[in-house]
Amino acid sequence: MNISRRKLISTGLAATAGASGLAAAAVLAKRYGLVPPDSGGFYGPGETLTYAAQRLLTTHSLAREFPRSMISKTPFANEVSPPNDAFKRHQAAGFKDWRLSVDGMVAHPASFSLSDLRGFPVRSQITEVVCEEGWSYVAEWIGTPLFEVLHAVGVLPQARYIVYFSIDRDWWESIDMADALHPQTFLTLGMNDGDLPVSFGGPLRLRVPRQLGYKSVKYITRLTATDNLKTFGKGLGSASPEAGYAWYAGI
Amino acid sequence: MSTATSLRNPDSPRHAAIVRVTHWLTVISFFALLISGAEIVVSHPRFYWGETGNVNTRPLFTIPIPASRDTVPTGYKYVMPDQNGWSRYLHFQAAWLAVLTGLVYVLVSLWNRHFRDNLFPAKADRTWRAFRAVIAKSLRRAPPDAAEARSYNVVQRIAYLAVIFVLFPLVIWTGLALSPGFNAAFPAGVNLLGGRQSARTLHFFVSGLLVLFLVVHIAMIVLAGFWSRVRAMITGRLVAPRERAVMTQERSVVIQERT
Repeated sequence: MNISRRKLISTGLAATAGASGLAAAAVLAKRYGLVPPDSGGFYGPGETLTYAAQRLLTTHSLAREFPRSMISKTPFANEVSPPNDAFKRHQAAGFKDWRLSVDGMVAHPASFSLSDLRGFPVRSQITEVVCEEGWSYVAEWIGTPLFEVLHAVGVLPQARYIVYFSIDRDWWESIDMADALHPQTFLTLGMNDGDLPVSFGGPLRLRVPRQLGYKSVKYITRLTATDNLKTFGKGLGSASPEAGYAWYAGI
Repeated sequence: MSTATSLRNPDSPRHAAIVRVTHWLTVISFFALLISGAEIVVSHPRFYWGETGNVNTRPLFTIPIPASRDTVPTGYKYVMPDQNGWSRYLHFQAAWLAVLTGLVYVLVSLWNRHFRDNLFPAKADRTWRAFRAVIAKSLRRAPPDAAEARSYNVVQRIAYLAVIFVLFPLVIWTGLALSPGFNAAFPAGVNLLGGRQSARTLHFFVSGLLVLFLVVHIAMIVLAGFWSRVRAMITGRLVAPRERAVMTQERSVVIQERT
C-alpha cells in the first residue's frame, strides 16, 4: 500500500486535532459540571456521555404530569428492607419527633419537624415512579419543594450537590443542584390526598421524578450541601455506585 | 455478465474500510446490548401496554422464566442473581457506541455514495420479479454470480436498508423513551408510542426483530462460506492472498490476449 505524504500529513493533523479536541472537551466538561462522580472505570465514558448530554439538553425540563384519572389504582410500594428499630420507635410515636436536619454548605444549619415542613409552601404533582427493573405507576405526590428548604437555610453558591440520608444510614443518595433546585423535586409528605404511607416512604421521602425510583430515598432524616462528593462513603457519589448501580439515574 | 465485472481488479476491496470498521463496532455494541438487555428483562420478565404497569397490574404477556427479584411472582421458587448494575452500565455505554458508530456510518455512506451505489436497489431490480428471482436462486443453492460476489443482491439490499433505516432508529427511539430525563425534555417521544410500558414492550419486540435479522444474516454467511465472508469483512478481500495472486495473473493474461 502506498501512503502519500499528503495523506500522512492530513491523517496526522486530524489525529492531533482529535486528541486535543478530546482533551479540551474533558477540561470543559469538568469545569461545567458535566462529569458524574462515578466516571472512573470501564463504564466511565458511557456514564459521562449520558450525564453530560442530559445536563446540556434537559436541565430545565419538567417531568410529565398526568391527569387525575391516570393515577394508578394499584401502585406498587416495593418494600425493599424492613425499617430499623429507630424507625419503629418513631412509627409508634406517630412520627411527632421526626426531624430533618440540614447542614453542610448552608448559611444557617437547621432541623425541621414534619409540621415545620408543612409550614413551607406545599405543592402537589401527579407524576410517574419509574423503577430500573421496568415497572411503573402514577401517583399524586404532595410535599415541599426541596428548593424552598434550601433557600430557607441559605444554601451557599459554591454548593454543587445535595447528599440525603435515610434513617437507615446505609441508604443514601446525592443529586446535583440542577435536580436539587428543580421545582418538581419534593420533600414528599403525602400521596393521593393522604399522608405518605410508610410502605411508600412515609413520613418523608425525597422524590426526584426525573430520575429512576432508586434515587427517591425513603425515610429521609438528613440533607447535606457539599461541593465535593469524594468525602462521602467510597467517594462514588452515593450508595448506588457502591452497589454497582449508576449514580445518575436520569439515563 | 459484463466483461468489466469479470475482469474486475481483484485488488479493489469487497467492503470499504469504513464499512468494515463500523460493522465490527456494531457487532461489539449489539452483543453487549443484547446480553445486558436480556439481563435487565430478567429483573422483571412481565410486559404491559399503556403508561403504567407493575406486579399489581395484569401483564400483556409474561416470559416464563424465574426473575432476579423476589417481588415478582413468576411461579418459580428460585430467584436469579441480580445482575442489573453492570448490565445497565454496559447497556447505556454500548448504546452510545452503537449510536455514534451508526452516525459515522450513515454520514460517510451519504458522502461516499455507499447507500446509492451498494444499498438502494438498482432501477432494474426494483420489481417483485427481481426480488422473487433472487429468492428462487438462493433456494436452488445456485452459486453467486460475479455481480453478487462484487455487491449485494436486491433482497440483501432491502434487508440491510430495513435494519439501518427502520429497525435501528426504532430501537433507539423506544429505548430513549424509557429514559425519565429524556421523557421530561421530549414528552412526545414516549407519548407517541402510547406510554412508557408500551415503549418498553415495543423496545423488546424491535430488539427481537434485530435478533431475527442476525440469525438470518449468520445463516446466509454460513451458506455462502463462513470464513471467506468473515475474512472479507475483516480484510476487505473475498479471497486469500495466494488465490488473489493467481487471479491477478489470469487477469493480466486475459488483458494481454485482448490487446
